[in-house]
This record gives sequence, structure tokens and C-alpha cells, in this order.
Amino acid sequence: MNADDPMLDAVLDGNAVAGLLRAVFGTEMTTASGICAHCGNDAMLAELLAFTRGPGVVLRCRACAEVMVRIAETPNGTFIDVRGATHLRMP
Amino acid sequence: MKTLTLALPEWTPHRPGQHYDVRLTAADGYSTQRSYSIASEPERVGEIDLTVERIPDGEVSAFLDDVVKVGDRFEVRGPIGGYFVWEAASGGPLLLVAGGSGVVPLMSMLRHRAAVPGKVPARLLYSSRGFDEIIYRDELAELARQDGLEVFHTLTRSHPPDWTGYARRIDGPMLAEVMKPFGRDALAFICGPTALVETAANALQANGLPPDRIRTERFGPTGT
Repeated sequence: MNADDPMLDAVLDGNAVAGLLRAVFGTEMTTASGICAHCGNDAMLAELLAFTRGPGVVLRCRACAEVMVRIAETPNGTFIDVRGATHLRMP
Repeated sequence: MKTLTLALPEWTPHRPGQHYDVRLTAADGYSTQRSYSIASEPERVGEIDLTVERIPDGEVSAFLDDVVKVGDRFEVRGPIGGYFVWEAASGGPLLLVAGGSGVVPLMSMLRHRAAVPGKVPARLLYSSRGFDEIIYRDELAELARQDGLEVFHTLTRSHPPDWTGYARRIDGPMLAEVMKPFGRDALAFICGPTALVETAANALQANGLPPDRIRTERFGPTGT
């Protein structure tokens, strides 16, 4: 993604959802790392592309832009989908 | 732009660069939350400063700017984040790049640096729209009189007739000049609107700074 991309303004980084990640996982997670299940890129969660304007939060790989983590808070509980990561490694 | 000082009943020292989540709940139960960087240094015990930029249609920032008054109570969660943090023990030389209110977490780092012994060399490149929109302008000038800190301003929309600083958006040649004395040893923190962060991070890498010496934090579309 380059500086002229019109989508840029909609994108933050994983650091922006540090509070949500901490609430969901119970610990500081921005320096936890994850491997992208699509391209194998290894990055800290703080470095992922964060899309926060939808009904939930989506974290995408900075290398290939595929979805790695989805979190949705609903009246029926919090849904966490990490199919896009082969694993998450806690610091 | 407003700075709020919050007294925290359960204060824990933060790491410069961290933030707090502020949750507001209306009488009808509607609740919303935003994340704000801490502006103050952790050496200040028992309280924190949050500097809040009012954004168009921002329901939380408008409330914090207009409605809130001394003595109000907030629900907060923090300090949060472990990625975009700098402490004296992290070393340097420290290269800070800010756009607009992106200067807030970097201010916490500079205030922390000023409060502890053994100061690493530091440079701040700070992009604002105009002279009157430079946040912490007087305090930055004061800090820059201390050893080892240099502050470089760039104004992107308007500038006074006698302005001697930069007068354009942050670009590669500007960053090359500012980072030159530090070279590849620089430890860089970039905070601002997404486009500025992308430009600055790419330029620093193009100038030879290893990616693991560059930390970034992107804001939403607030512009510089």
C-alpha cells in the first residue's frame, strides 16, 4: 500500500485496538506476533492493518492484506476468528 | 485542541507512547469509546494529561472539548500498548516524526527524556498546518534549549512572512536532512495521519534505516 492509496485513511494499525485486544486476551497483545496463514509473513499485532469502522475489528496482514484476525463484540458474546493466522505467539 | 488532566485513583506509571481508552456512557445506556495518547511523563505521580483534538462529527472529542468540566468523572482503561513506547533505557539517538496531534505521544517521550538523567541525542520533525496550530509550541521551544534536543517544524498550509523553517509536507529529502547526524543508528518513532506515516516510514527505510528501528502509529483522517 502506498501513500496515494485512497483506502489509506480508513486504515489504522494494530496498536489502535490495543485496548480491545487486552480486554479479549487478558494481556498486552500488541507485541505478540502472528504468522499470516496466507503468505507466512511474521509480524507483531501492532504492525497489522486495522480496520475499525465496521461492526467489528478486522486485522489484515501488512504484506498480503489478507484477513488474519476478526473480533466482533455482540450482545451474545465476543467472537474471535483467527483462522487467518497459523498461530499467535504471546510475548 | 484541549488538554485534560485526569487524577487516577489507581495510578500505575505508564510507558511514554502508551494510551488510555476513554469510555463515555449516556443516561440511556448508549456507550462509546475512544483511545487517547498520554501526553504527560510517567514521572508525574497520580495523574495523566490527555491532549484531545476535536475532529469533525467526533462525538467523543466534541464532548471532551465542549461539555466536560472540572470534577467530572470518566471511565478509563489503561495504560495500554507495548509497541509504540520509548523509555530512557531504550536508548537512541531518538528520531521523532509527528503530524498534527500525532505529536502527543512523542511529547510524553520528550517530557520523560527531560525528566531523567543521561539524555540521548534527540530530534523532532513536526508537521503542522500553520504556526498557530503547532501544539506545545512554547514548551517545545523551551525543551529545545536543553542539551541534545533539536526541533524542526514544517508548516504545510500557511506560514508567517519571516518563517525560516520548512514549508511543505514531509518528504524524503527533508527526512534525509533531519536524520543525517544519526544515520542508521537512529531509533525512529512516527505518529500522525496514515499518509504521513507511510511517507515517513518509507523514506526512512529508503535512507537506510533498518525496519526494526522504525515504530509507527497511525491516526485516523485528521489531516495535517
